[in-house]
Amino acid sequence: MLNSRLELDTLKKKALADIGSKEKRILVCAGTGCVANGSLKVFELFQQLLGEKPELAVSLALEKEHSHQGVSAHTSGCHGFCQMGPLVRIEPRGTLYCKVQPGDVAEIFEEHIINNRLVSRLLYHDDKNQLPIETQDEIPFYKNQFRVALANCGRIDPDDIKDYIAHDGYQPLAKVLFEMTPDEVIKEVLDSGLRGRGGGGFPTGRKWLFAREAGGEKKYIVCNGDEGDPGAFMDRSVMEGDPHRIIEGMMLAGYAVGADEGYIYVRAEYPLAVKRLHNAVETAVRYGMLGENILGSGFSFKVNIKEGAGAFVCGEETALIASIEGERGMPRPRPPFPAVSGLWGCPTVINNVETLANLPSIILKGAGWFSNIGVTTSTGTKTFALAGQVAHTGLVEVPMGLTLKEIVFDIGGGLRDNKVFKAVQIGGPSGGCLTREHLDLPLDYDSLQKAGAMVGSGGLVVMGEDTCMVEVAKFFMGFVQNESCGKCVPCREGTRGMLELLNRIANGSGTEEDLSLLEELALIVKDGSLCGLGKTSPNPVLTTLRYFRSEYEAHVRDKKCPAGVCKDLLDYRIDPSLCKGCGLCKKLCPADAISGERKEPHWIDLEKCIKCGTCISKCKFGSIVTN
Amino acid sequence: MDRKFERLQEIIESHGGRVSHLIAILQEVQEEYRYLPEEVLTYIATAMNISPATVYGVATFYTQFSLIPKGKYVIRVCDGTACHVRGAEPIHFALREDLALPKGDSTTPDMQFTVETVSCLGACGLAPVVVINGDEVHGQTTPESILGAVKKIVSREQLKENKNSSETGCCQNA
Ligand SMILES: Cc1cc2nc3c(=O)[nH]c(=O)nc-3n(C[C@H](O)[C@H](O)[C@H](O)COP(=O)(O)O)c2cc1C
Ligand code: SF4
Ligand code: SF4
Ligand code: FES
Ligand code: FES
Repeated sequence: MLNSRLELDTLKKKALADIGSKEKRILVCAGTGCVANGSLKVFELFQQLLGEKPELAVSLALEKEHSHQGVSAHTSGCHGFCQMGPLVRIEPRGTLYCKVQPGDVAEIFEEHIINNRLVSRLLYHDDKNQLPIETQDEIPFYKNQFRVALANCGRIDPDDIKDYIAHDGYQPLAKVLFEMTPDEVIKEVLDSGLRGRGGGGFPTGRKWLFAREAGGEKKYIVCNGDEGDPGAFMDRSVMEGDPHRIIEGMMLAGYAVGADEGYIYVRAEYPLAVKRLHNAVETAVRYGMLGENILGSGFSFKVNIKEGAGAFVCGEETALIASIEGERGMPRPRPPFPAVSGLWGCPTVINNVETLANLPSIILKGAGWFSNIGVTTSTGTKTFALAGQVAHTGLVEVPMGLTLKEIVFDIGGGLRDNKVFKAVQIGGPSGGCLTREHLDLPLDYDSLQKAGAMVGSGGLVVMGEDTCMVEVAKFFMGFVQNESCGKCVPCREGTRGMLELLNRIANGSGTEEDLSLLEELALIVKDGSLCGLGKTSPNPVLTTLRYFRSEYEAHVRDKKCPAGVCKDLLDYRIDPSLCKGCGLCKKLCPADAISGERKEPHWIDLEKCIKCGTCISKCKFGSIVTN
Repeated sequence: MDRKFERLQEIIESHGGRVSHLIAILQEVQEEYRYLPEEVLTYIATAMNISPATVYGVATFYTQFSLIPKGKYVIRVCDGTACHVRGAEPIHFALREDLALPKGDSTTPDMQFTVETVSCLGACGLAPVVVINGDEVHGQTTPESILGAVKKIVSREQLKENKNSSETGCCQNA
């Protein structure tokens, strides 16, 4: 139990000394991705080896003091490079071992831990010259990143509050509690230029000011961890990898606006995040960092965790409030804004996870430091979830205003399998697509808005020439149509109508009138919907129509899908002159549509073929073709 | 009152019967019964002193809740953006074919498997992703790899079946 700022500082010094005294610190990634790849077994084996070498091992028990030399093993949160997992980081050198299998642990232990020699084969190898790269920071994927919100992810043990405290955790809170007035805190956040990372981009300081000025005894802080954009996972990573940072961010907001209670609303599909958050809240209470009279300052704060139940629209702030209150998560008109009348009618600040994760650093390092990162109207950093046909998928955090090219090619390593860049879809179902002509576009709130897209939550799907833009638009339209809460007719019926039109275009029965109809409907939905879901849902259609109209036209005029994706517009055939009769496609075809004798040319039964594309992607001789 | 409602009452009481906890209550109840039977919804409404329409409205609004029983193994194929572009569809198709799911149904007649799609599990770096029973995450899957996982489950179940071949009835432990 920490009763004063001094006690917090003492604990920090102790925790730091503890880390400093270790000769080596092994961090095994225990994020969702690496756990799925078996990292917990890897961690266990490290622990076991440490147990067999007591002279090396340092007790893992939480409260023990140890000043002797040693090695310790910990779990960490996601590094964002899950594709290369399970990842093992070894400090202080900052070595990153990739795709570590249980069978590799003994070698890492013997070589790296005991003999101080790198295990070269497990290091990341440069894409270009194939040379091993010694430290994590030098890997191209990380080199151009600038981590603020994700600073601790992969570097600390999310289940150990002392690790957080050692890395300056709860110092910002102590600073505001003992050195700053609430008004000064708000001014600092205003000056930093921080804008909401949940999609809207509203200045955080302004939002806080509204809530501070709103009357009433009871106020709430809500952390929006609903992360609805399918394909974005930055909020999950922070909740899993650095949960105390979110709690601290909420307390900073609470102190600034005069709230003493908060809710974290977590998406239903994130069981590990829920577990880590619960653990963090419990530990923080135990250490006196949550509860009554925190550090003897007189400030009290309580955090509750609410699990969502699977509805995208609940990410919208008024729907989220309804959901916390136990109701159906349907948006309601604003004003009143939640900052004036939110949870149970009380003034409520709703901030996104990533927004909150930036706050401790802003308070600690100052508004000036933060506003120097990025560009004038979009300060700081933004995380992006790189996905799709890019060589390195994963989570990256970069200064605002980096160009699309820098992100996709320098950090993402360009397209996989030597594909040619065609477009990116940015901002998920509310966002839009950008094309080759935007490669030099700086990614910030205002530039993106001008191009018809948006930062959104930061989902960034990279697409190669073999991606059909009609299919992409159809995919997102299907998503929003399914997720529309049904309250507004334009959203409910309009998205259904748009999806139908897109289906027709994709299956070859569309006409040119359908294209104009699609545009008309898009405008009706945009103008007639109550909440952001409906209002922004036509964006993917509108931007693909704007930048790839000829592709739509090919579907309706020539009944062709130029990218060779829309199934109804293509047939799979095996070119008998190329087929070697290896039988691989026959084995893999999920529809049993391929026949043929070994070493004889095979053929596809078009009646049975479901056009899944498996055969074409697996044939080693390129003998399967589409028309 | 049978045991079924006893446990129900316990869950409601552990939340102090608060209406704001309705979603959490339904989540726990569903965990217990694997779905939300109609009489359970009615019971909750009465016990919490709210209208059955309110409970029903909430239960049908959120995709997590199911008013029909699901299989013992719920296989969720991610069809979020990252997984979609990396080939989630063939995986979904292969599973449905392999388990011979009738058109329009997502659960096998023997109540062993349910196959659903979900929009993003947050493990997008490992696309395409499939999760079995909530926490068994399979990454970078292919139709073959996921059918292999299903096969393992099936043989494990058969083994169990053989072991307690004398036992009959339901596997639920509620
Ligand atoms: C349909 C819809 C879904 C949304 N989903 C999320 C979400 O998953 N996470 C989030 O933080 N904000 C989401 N938002 C934005 C929130 O309404 C709100 O603006 C945000 O949480 C405010 O936090 P910020 O100012 O820190 O960004 C969504 C908005 C809409 C219209
Ligand atoms: S715009 Fe769509 S999702 Fe939003 S409130 Fe209206 S119907 Fe619901
Ligand atoms: S496209 Fe799919 S269904 Fe058709 S032949 Fe190839 S593997 Fe079989
Ligand atoms: S889970 Fe390990 S890097 Fe993402
Ligand atoms: S899109 Fe499938 S896990 Fe995110």
